[in-house]
Amino acid sequence: MRTLPLSVGFMPLVDAAPLIVAHELGFAEEEGLALHLQSAPSWSTLRDRLVLGHIEAAHMLAPVPVAMALGLGGVPTKLDALCVLSVNGNSIGVSNALAAELSAKHPLPDFLDAAQAGQALANLGRTLRVGVPFPFSMHAELLHYWLASSGLNTPEALDMRIIPPPLMAQAIAADEIDAFCVGEPWGSITVEQGGGRLLLAGAAIWNFTPEKVLAVRRDWAQAEDDLTGRLMRAVWKAGRWLADPAKRSTASDILAWPEYLDVSAEILDRALSGQMLTHQSAANHSVPRMLEFFDSAATFPWKSQAAWIGTRMAARFGLDRAQSAATAATVFRSDLYRRHLAPLGATLPAASEKCEGALAHPTAMKATNGPLTLGPDRFFDGRIFDPAQPE
Amino acid sequence: MPAKLTILVVEPDKNRADAIIDSLSETGDHHIRVLSESTGLARSVAELNPDLVLVDVANPSRDAIDALTLASSPLERPVAMFVDRSDDSLTKAAIEAGVSAYVVDGMHPDRVKPVLDAAIARFHMFARMRNELAATKRALEERKIIDRAKGILMRARGLPEEEAYALIRKTAMSQGKKIADVAQALVTASELLS
Repeated sequence: MRTLPLSVGFMPLVDAAPLIVAHELGFAEEEGLALHLQSAPSWSTLRDRLVLGHIEAAHMLAPVPVAMALGLGGVPTKLDALCVLSVNGNSIGVSNALAAELSAKHPLPDFLDAAQAGQALANLGRTLRVGVPFPFSMHAELLHYWLASSGLNTPEALDMRIIPPPLMAQAIAADEIDAFCVGEPWGSITVEQGGGRLLLAGAAIWNFTPEKVLAVRRDWAQAEDDLTGRLMRAVWKAGRWLADPAKRSTASDILAWPEYLDVSAEILDRALSGQMLTHQSAANHSVPRMLEFFDSAATFPWKSQAAWIGTRMAARFGLDRAQSAATAATVFRSDLYRRHLAPLGATLPAASEKCEGALAHPTAMKATNGPLTLGPDRFFDGRIFDPAQPE
Repeated sequence: MPAKLTILVVEPDKNRADAIIDSLSETGDHHIRVLSESTGLARSVAELNPDLVLVDVANPSRDAIDALTLASSPLERPVAMFVDRSDDSLTKAAIEAGVSAYVVDGMHPDRVKPVLDAAIARFHMFARMRNELAATKRALEERKIIDRAKGILMRARGLPEEEAYALIRKTAMSQGKKIADVAQALVTASELLS
């Protein structure tokens, strides 16, 4: 079969797996696509390559297309999120010095205890230098949400520094930052190199964080409906493959290749298996849903997730919240998801938005194509976000 | 006579930085500063308050510069922005050449264009040099492999050097493969058998 070429950019992170697997395991070929995967050196470069048409699609931080829609950063262009590529996957780490300071007062909290960890940092009563990969990222949004809700005086006491993920371990070892929030494998690499330790799983702040999306230009999606559908189906199948625990070691071996992450498969396996090492002498800490590619409709682009991101960003950048939430919701294309993935038998929720943070336990929902269990999707402080009343 | 432009070049490699300064200087009398360390990038930019920031697209620290465009209220007064939107082809050319430029909002495009054109030309040259270096290195590697393969054939079949090479070449031609690939296969096979 003749395949159609498509250039797709990614950042070297474990959550680029659906694109890499779609290419390497032949899911793209099955859909008649020949993916040309290109690693990018930074998020801004990846975004600009997408905007300027050097690539057709990109592995992207979920807040980036929302930021573009709100007119924040970059060359103004409309980007759409076709689907969510991954849920959760970040961790928060602290320098050895900060870990020692915290543990002098109280034993360090459990890796899943966001309330205790946030309290401990807020109680320091001083400004924290925290590294994040990009200003428009779930890393930045989770940190702001978590620390503000824990009583830290944000934004004044939160000195956010932009540091590319592969340089995070180096930055914390060099005392440029006190803490970071970063995607895997770069948290585990910090542990490996001994420059710091992990304090908290990102999933503990919000149990179901839309982390990366598959982003394209809106005009491209309009002009290339057929290609859009093929790409979405290939990526969806790759996510389903990744959800099978039996495939995990193959996945980490492929991701470890030099053209992708070039990091040992053993380290990549930690996020994929949810068995995290928080410091060098620790035992494995099991993290439920450390990184999710498929289950619980993980790939469905909920308009309410986009609205949450838009509302939070509006608060940080001084924009109108209700208007930003509405604009943000247009970016997550649940309409395209339904149209292109229904023929494959993808489970489709009855609604495209929901209250975020309302489910404390796995809960059965109305859906087409079989039963759908959602949740838990709680925020650590128990707040619920209602997209009809964004605040 | 317009005031001098202050241009900040973020470039860790000294030779490359010097080359960039040379080509930018030809476009006019500018204040050009080079930053080689990526630590404290944000602070340096704030202190220098440049009209134009040039940074390699491949430099991972570009995200830190990009974040500066959000300083203060981003919608009302962009401190700096990605190359002027009015000229998309210039933006494209810059990114393709491997240079990203941040230009202070409100600066006249006529003043930026010659500087950027010079930077683009220089970065194109860097890209060529990089490709050449990679090609040379590869040729050297291939030469080594072919030499080893020749050695294996000379020992195993008692051939003189020229005939050993001719045999590899003939095999490559008949199989539609590159000489280096055939040589590599021979070396690998012989390693497995020894």
